[in-house]
Amino acid sequence: MTHATEQLVPPAPLRARGLRLAGVSLTLGDGDSTVVALDDVTLTVPPGELLAVLGPSGSGKSSLLAVAGALIAPSSGAVHLDGVDVTGLKPARQAALRRERIGFVFQSGNLLPALTAVDQLRFALHVAGMRGTPDRDPRALLEQVGMGHKADRRPHELSGGERQRVGIARALVTAPALLLVDEPTAALDRARSHEVVELLAAETHDHGVATVMVTHDHDVLEHCDRTVEMEDGRLGA
Amino acid sequence: MFLALRELSFARARFGLMGGVVALIAVLVVMLSGLSSGLVNDGVSGLKKLPVTDFAFGEGTAIDSAFSRSTVDRDQLERWSAQDGVADAALFGNQLVNAEGPHGEPVDLALFGVEPDSFVAPTASSVVDGGTLDRPDQIVVSETVADLGLGVGDTVTIERLGTELTIAGVLDGQHTFGHVDVAYVPLATWQEIHAGVPTGERARPEVYDEATAIALTAGPDVRIDAAAGDTAATTTTVSLTESFDGSPGYAAETLTLELIQVFLYAISALVVGAFFMVWTIQRKHEIAVARAMGASNGYLVGDALAQAAVVLVVSTAVGIGAGTGLGALLSSTPMPFELEAGPLAVAAALLVGLGLAGAAASVGRIARVDPLTALGGQR
Ligand SMILES: Nc1ncnc2c1ncn2[C@@H]1O[C@H](COP(=O)(O)OP(=O)(O)OP(=O)(O)O)[C@@H](O)[C@H]1O
Ligand SMILES: [Mg+2]
Repeated sequence: MTHATEQLVPPAPLRARGLRLAGVSLTLGDGDSTVVALDDVTLTVPPGELLAVLGPSGSGKSSLLAVAGALIAPSSGAVHLDGVDVTGLKPARQAALRRERIGFVFQSGNLLPALTAVDQLRFALHVAGMRGTPDRDPRALLEQVGMGHKADRRPHELSGGERQRVGIARALVTAPALLLVDEPTAALDRARSHEVVELLAAETHDHGVATVMVTHDHDVLEHCDRTVEMEDGRLGA
Repeated sequence: MFLALRELSFARARFGLMGGVVALIAVLVVMLSGLSSGLVNDGVSGLKKLPVTDFAFGEGTAIDSAFSRSTVDRDQLERWSAQDGVADAALFGNQLVNAEGPHGEPVDLALFGVEPDSFVAPTASSVVDGGTLDRPDQIVVSETVADLGLGVGDTVTIERLGTELTIAGVLDGQHTFGHVDVAYVPLATWQEIHAGVPTGERARPEVYDEATAIALTAGPDVRIDAAAGDTAATTTTVSLTESFDGSPGYAAETLTLELIQVFLYAISALVVGAFFMVWTIQRKHEIAVARAMGASNGYLVGDALAQAAVVLVVSTAVGIGAGTGLGALLSSTPMPFELEAGPLAVAAALLVGLGLAGAAASVGRIARVDPLTALGGQR
């Protein structure tokens, strides 16, 4: 596992740290009914920045996360993470990159029902092959997101906001370079939404993570460092 | 196994149900295996224990009735004795008879007619009680006659003929043929009984030339050339194992039981396959999440197979344990039931192996789950 990480991180002088999308387009669908989900998107997110992505439904926000997170290859353009061209990697290498360098926070948490909160974090470490020397201690991390007292509860015993916090802790436990967050506050009330986004901002700043957060919620933008709008696959100001 | 074991304890009711089905099938397989072994022993243990490699029957004898229909004579025996590769050859008589015990109770016997000095006759070392054959009115019987209350010194009387035969010795272990106890009897006496000659009378001279088959034994590391011998002696020769089909009901019984077992294995594999198919489909979203997190196909498929293996091994072990316990109760009844370690080990391996194959066919779907579906809402 360690040699894989070395291959994915180039020597220091070449490093352009954080996430870089250069002229990325993504065409979805097959044959005659194709949709341009991303249209010539260029974007840089340096480490320690929390970027909010706004935009109407269908504008390509989730597609942006999928391309940035090496879940789908762009039709054209390049995606670099800490200087490594992600688009050129084989699927198995992309999976390795995801488990070692990228954290996902999905809408409504998407925790595994069979696992307790602390096991959700341990699973992420296990998948990443980091069981021996975790970069961040699962229980301490749960404590940090305010879930220490419910570390041994399963998802069905947690509220929506609590699940979201466990999901954030799970994404952070492998100490990723890039954190991709899809509508984290969709299922939460105002107070909870603020708590969750404040938590994301704090983690982003304290650990130098490049974070992209998709949201519909204008209320929480005050915690973000920068905001971009998407419209028909294009990036606005 | 990280996820596998935690899912097992989380969804224990579902896995318990599936494991229960496998365990019950394992119980049934044990029962059938015991019944098979029991029936095989009841049908042919007398033949199995003969120091014989092949039987030569009269020419053209159909194997399923060979022991009751075939006739051979001394002339054929001589020609077989002269064949290459034959270490020893002897006349062998076989007839099922109804007899009466000392108190008039019915006793069914399979009379094996042998010349007392031939290689098929009971030897002193195979007898645990009494002695071997040395008078024409003596028999040496299977240990299982004890179940009928008979022992050394008791006399049985052949029905209709009135021939009285005294038990001279009891053999070590079960010797049965066609579900009936074997009684070795001197060939001349067998020939008289077979010809239906009442006690005390002499039969026509040619009767003393005849028997059911020629028992053959090959020399060490030699195979008997059945075709050459059959041409020379005008016989039809089969191996000892093939001759088992000549035991009444043997072929039908074993075939039926084997067929039921094949179906049970197939059902078990299908149940396990169907369970893991549904289980995998139910977990589709979780699998997508795990794959988006970067879990490889090998990791997820290996985890699912390990999970299947744990369920299969535990439920098969429980089922075989329970079946063996039940079988111990059955063994003490007159039912032909015998548990043998070999067939049980094979049954356990088949249940686990075929179950894993069924699971493998289903969990292959994991590789087709698109990690993209983890993004966005619940679709
Ligand atoms: N698998 C697919 N095949 C074809 N078209 C797709 C597929 N997934 C998404 N699209 C289309 O791509 C465009 C962008 O979709 P995307 O999911 O990125 O939007 P979004 O901004 O995340 O919307 P929402 O706010 O509703 O989540 C939409 O027009 C959508 O219909
Ligand atoms: Mg979306």
